[in-house]
Amino acid sequence: MSLDIGTPPMLSKHLLGIEGTTREQLESILELTDRFAEIGKRPIPKVPALRGRTVASVFFEDSTRTRLSFEAAARRLSADTLTFSAGSSSLSKGESLRDTVEVISSYGADVLIVRHNMAGTAKRVSEWTDASVVNAGDGCHEHPTQALLDCYTLKQQRGSLEGMSIGIVGDIRHSRVARSNILAFSSLGAKVTLIAPQTLLPSSIEKWPVDVSNVLDDVISDLDACYLLRMQSERHRKGLVPSLREYAKDFGLNARRCEMLSKDALILHPGPTNQGVEITAEVSTDSRSIILDQVTNGVSLRMAVLFMLLGQYETSQQDEV
Amino acid sequence: MGLVLKGGKILDRKGERSLDVSIGSDGKILDTGKKLEGDIEVDCSGCVITSGLVDLHVHLREPGDEEAETIETGARSGAMGGFTALVAMPNTEPATDCLAVVEQIKTLGKKSSCEIIPSAAMTVGRKGKEMVQMGELVDNGIGIFTDDGTGVQDPQLMRRLMEYSTGLESRLGRPVVLAQHCEVHELAEGGHMHEGEWSSFLGIPGQPSEAEELMVLRDIALSKMTGARIHFQHLSTLGSVQMVREAKAAGLPVTAEATTHHFTLTDSACSCYDPVFKVHPPLRTESDVRAVKEGLADGTIDAIATDHAPHSQHSKEMSFDQAPPGMLGLETALSLSLEHSGLDLPEVLGLLSWQPAKIAGVDDRHGMTVERNNSANLCVIDLDEKWTVSGKEMLSRSSNTPYEGWNLRGRVRHTINNGRLVVFDGESIK
Repeated sequence: MSLDIGTPPMLSKHLLGIEGTTREQLESILELTDRFAEIGKRPIPKVPALRGRTVASVFFEDSTRTRLSFEAAARRLSADTLTFSAGSSSLSKGESLRDTVEVISSYGADVLIVRHNMAGTAKRVSEWTDASVVNAGDGCHEHPTQALLDCYTLKQQRGSLEGMSIGIVGDIRHSRVARSNILAFSSLGAKVTLIAPQTLLPSSIEKWPVDVSNVLDDVISDLDACYLLRMQSERHRKGLVPSLREYAKDFGLNARRCEMLSKDALILHPGPTNQGVEITAEVSTDSRSIILDQVTNGVSLRMAVLFMLLGQYETSQQDEV
Repeated sequence: MGLVLKGGKILDRKGERSLDVSIGSDGKILDTGKKLEGDIEVDCSGCVITSGLVDLHVHLREPGDEEAETIETGARSGAMGGFTALVAMPNTEPATDCLAVVEQIKTLGKKSSCEIIPSAAMTVGRKGKEMVQMGELVDNGIGIFTDDGTGVQDPQLMRRLMEYSTGLESRLGRPVVLAQHCEVHELAEGGHMHEGEWSSFLGIPGQPSEAEELMVLRDIALSKMTGARIHFQHLSTLGSVQMVREAKAAGLPVTAEATTHHFTLTDSACSCYDPVFKVHPPLRTESDVRAVKEGLADGTIDAIATDHAPHSQHSKEMSFDQAPPGMLGLETALSLSLEHSGLDLPEVLGLLSWQPAKIAGVDDRHGMTVERNNSANLCVIDLDEKWTVSGKEMLSRSSNTPYEGWNLRGRVRHTINNGRLVVFDGESIK
């Protein structure tokens, strides 16, 4: 069976963020994801599209889930995988980030999947390597594949994001998921509302394409989708909220708020969830929750991204994929 | 007969005149006049001859980080930029907080192409806990104290430092200057750029203007209380400039400096995520840049300083949070000031030469008029020379200039340090 992919849509050499992509590019990635989702359902979910190519995970910050998702995507495309993981602080003194990147590139990687706890690091890495770079999360900046898989999951449920009202709830200030999703959701025609205590909102965001609310109860009934962000426990130690208990009370999705949520609304979370903080146990199993779909779709979406960056048209034509 | 600067136009506080300058072997100006002759005649035609520039804020990194800069290379870089005196910041390793380190810096400085004026830390190890041996340091000629790189956080300790310093005035022969890097630690902590639209967009944790302004406010209040002579380092925000303007109007003994980068660059420069644009205080917004320029124009800000902060290339090839803050400044300050401050030449020279010379207490030998018997600390500027900034070509041991590739106009042709030609025709002389 042939996967009729045609010419891979133009994506620049790297995927560093949603910033800088066009609506057409986002839509073509989501379309391509459909084809790869089909492969995931086969008895042997593997195609030779990236045979002989090497995908290196370069993780300066721990993230088992994202790394596994990318590596599963790479293996399903028959790429070889390399893993480099080190806490960013454990880079030996005297070795610069650039040195590290040059060494990893010299192992022959075609694409580097980069995760770092500081904004802009994936972009810097892309300046020091000939390989393609995918940003798998850079500090509080962007996490484009998460946003794309979220868009894909919403589109799967609703056909389109056009006109949807999506609320993003929680620690927007420190969230790369929020930044990427604000850009992606609005690019695809959705209306975005940020819902958080003032301390968890970034400063000076008057020009962002969003509405802002400090009270979830005021806006929850208007939402077509409620996107809950993970609440890091250290935030309350840093004095951003009085306690996780108060946060859960005011911004957590509990049974009472679920009642207020429209019966067609969707519940999303990038995982892993803090049950009892941003979401209660009974809500994560609510029929409106599409949290597990997000995880499943992550692999297909990342296959599409890797294929777009590395897969050459000629190869895909010759190979029975 | 010694050196003669021929064919140039003198420009100093007294104005302009087309005269040659002859320099004696004692490091003093022998004479000024028409058609002077000497053994070495230096062509200055088409150029301005003025007093050497004085930088109140330089990191020379020695002792401690000689990989990034040494006193010798820093001074050569300074001379190339037209400077004849550099105030060395005390964030060395070990910190310049005692006489031993001060003496080491002075000794190394004697062989260099600029006069090196050590400042000393205000607190032991720059840790903000205990006063340094201020009296002993003052008795050995130290007139500027600063914990630069950090501000003294404890208001009670700052008050005591101010009070104590006023009692040392008679021993120094002039007021002791306490220079403050204004930054409230708790507000700035974890911030790597200015907090505002750009930091929110880029996802780089920011530090707000208020982190600087609260300490400016505190120190103005304490200066009023104690009468201490406070110098505000690298003012970067609209609010800070406004507060210093009001403090001066109220007659308080405060002075201030601004760096070249704070009136030529904004926080938008960080959008490339290159830590060459990371600096403390951070690059601010357009309105802050405008306020700094207004402060320079109306005398609120007394001096242009560089905060020359060399860092090795590998230390800057790190993520934005891990790279150290700071950028080079000595070789670009004059050209940038000429072109981007909005000020005319005499105003720029005032801010770069005679005004900082007075703050540093070296106006008996730097920033003087170009006249007989005055010290021959001079620079000769070709106002028309066009050049392109290149970090690699700089004389600093480091190359972390944020102005790479900028086309600038106006450059130092010759520099004379204490009667000695240290830069000739744009080339450093060892």
